[in-house]
Amino acid sequence: MSSILESIDFYFILESLIKIAIVFVIGLLSPVGMNWVERRTLALIQNRLGPNRVGPFGLLQSIADGIKFVFKEDIIPLAANRWLYTLAPIVMVIPAFMVTIVYPFGPEIDLPFIGPTKMYVTNFNVGLLYVLAMTSLGVYGIILAGWGSNSKYSLLGGLRSSAQVISYELSLSLALVGAMLQSGSLDLVKIVENQSGWGGMQWHIFMFQPLGFIIYLISAIAETNRVPFDLPEAETELVGGFHTEYSSSLKFAMLFMAEYVNMLTVAVLATVVFLGGWNGPFVKDFPVLGLLYFFIKISFFMFLYIWLRGTLPRFRYDQLMNFGWKVLLPLALINIVISAVIGLIVY
Amino acid sequence: MEQIAIDIPRLLFLAFAGIAVVAAFNLILQRNPIYSALSLIVTLCVMAALFLLLNAPFIAVIQIVVYAGAIMVLFVFVIMLLNIREEESKIDRQKYLKWLAAPMFLALLAQVFAVIRYVDTTPPSIPSANAPGGNPAESLGTVESIANAMFTTYVLPFEATSVLILMAIVGSMLLAKRDSKQDIERIETALDAEQAEQEQAHLAAEKSNKEVAA
Repeated sequence: MSSILESIDFYFILESLIKIAIVFVIGLLSPVGMNWVERRTLALIQNRLGPNRVGPFGLLQSIADGIKFVFKEDIIPLAANRWLYTLAPIVMVIPAFMVTIVYPFGPEIDLPFIGPTKMYVTNFNVGLLYVLAMTSLGVYGIILAGWGSNSKYSLLGGLRSSAQVISYELSLSLALVGAMLQSGSLDLVKIVENQSGWGGMQWHIFMFQPLGFIIYLISAIAETNRVPFDLPEAETELVGGFHTEYSSSLKFAMLFMAEYVNMLTVAVLATVVFLGGWNGPFVKDFPVLGLLYFFIKISFFMFLYIWLRGTLPRFRYDQLMNFGWKVLLPLALINIVISAVIGLIVY
Repeated sequence: MEQIAIDIPRLLFLAFAGIAVVAAFNLILQRNPIYSALSLIVTLCVMAALFLLLNAPFIAVIQIVVYAGAIMVLFVFVIMLLNIREEESKIDRQKYLKWLAAPMFLALLAQVFAVIRYVDTTPPSIPSANAPGGNPAESLGTVESIANAMFTTYVLPFEATSVLILMAIVGSMLLAKRDSKQDIERIETALDAEQAEQEQAHLAAEKSNKEVAA
């Protein structure tokens, strides 16, 4: 660390700060956009209109909601543990935003007036593990929100969520190991660069990781508590799950934002590890295309989330646990063995 | 410039070490188990930051994944599931243990000072992996160096540990399975006994009612 710090210059610090600011704003604004898309698409699937009053096509609806979050009275239930009730949203939102610094949005692009700039804040040799570590810390937010609210619905939601996340985190990490073996690195940028062959189409999903991709996708949906694995927030039995006691104030907004940023992180990881990140046809000649490809791939995953929410029913609790431990985990282990054998033969 | 560059790691170390000590004290002093668990999580996260300062990113991240992210979640989960409230004061049980604590603490402190005094604390001259010309396999704390050490030099202890852990997993599953079966039987017999008791009480009540009526 000291050697890095001795060699820093102020341009590096300035560049990093600007990049962090940009990524932070992306993280803040993406829930707004995603929420609007989700509500409109769900409405389309369910054959109704959805929000269409505030602004053109209801585009400003999420912003109006955001303003409401800020101005609404902040209520702490009398029975709740004040400390933990306040701490929970903070604990949930900080790791969610900490992950955003390793999102590799694109390759090095020659920007006008500035020169070649890397389209990510930083990359380090354990980037993938860092993402997993931060997402695993986010669970505490859910647990604390559930326990601190001192309400039966919240507690049940928190317990369900922690059990579910512990169970599916295993198969999620193991599904990534196969791709990790192939690229021989934990650095997200190196993993992306490893998939640049075949004119930008040598993605890990084609190169021997289709099984890993499917396992990852399913576990990722469970990890983010989305349909069909949304038992922690099952509104028909638990009202709102762990956030039942949070009135629509800033605290709720933070929980909400953290959930959306976590979804984004999971989509970014899927894109980077399995779908080649910014890679695609002609990226070598026009690096700007990389940003577009990245955006398209992320949007695909976001749409998938909404699509599933509009189509699938919810799992039962025992089905969820059985599926995670008895199907996904053994499959992920088999996938690692297959990847290792293929790696020995091919490379 | 030079002065600032040298001082930053030391300042960071002092800050993180301070947080670690405060959180560790809080862990012991809190009466509510959930606050203690949260303090432990803070300590573990700060320890990860200290590992980062020591140029060991892999160990730092693993510290968070394994301890803060997995083991402590289970701790908190159990505390929540059993709904353990503030501990009751168990004065009579821990009366003599209290007197043992001071010498133990002093011994530990003496050990720490002995290590600081007699062990060579100059950092090993291993180049950082991020420094220009640094070889990831030779530098400390990277994935490559740890994998090399684990699968060549220390392969036997590593395999022995994994077998031990596997045995622990199988053992716990066996215990859990047997216990649950016995529990079900016990509950069933208890329910049967209760039912029989209730029936008898019912009969007795009817009998007395009849007697009263007669």
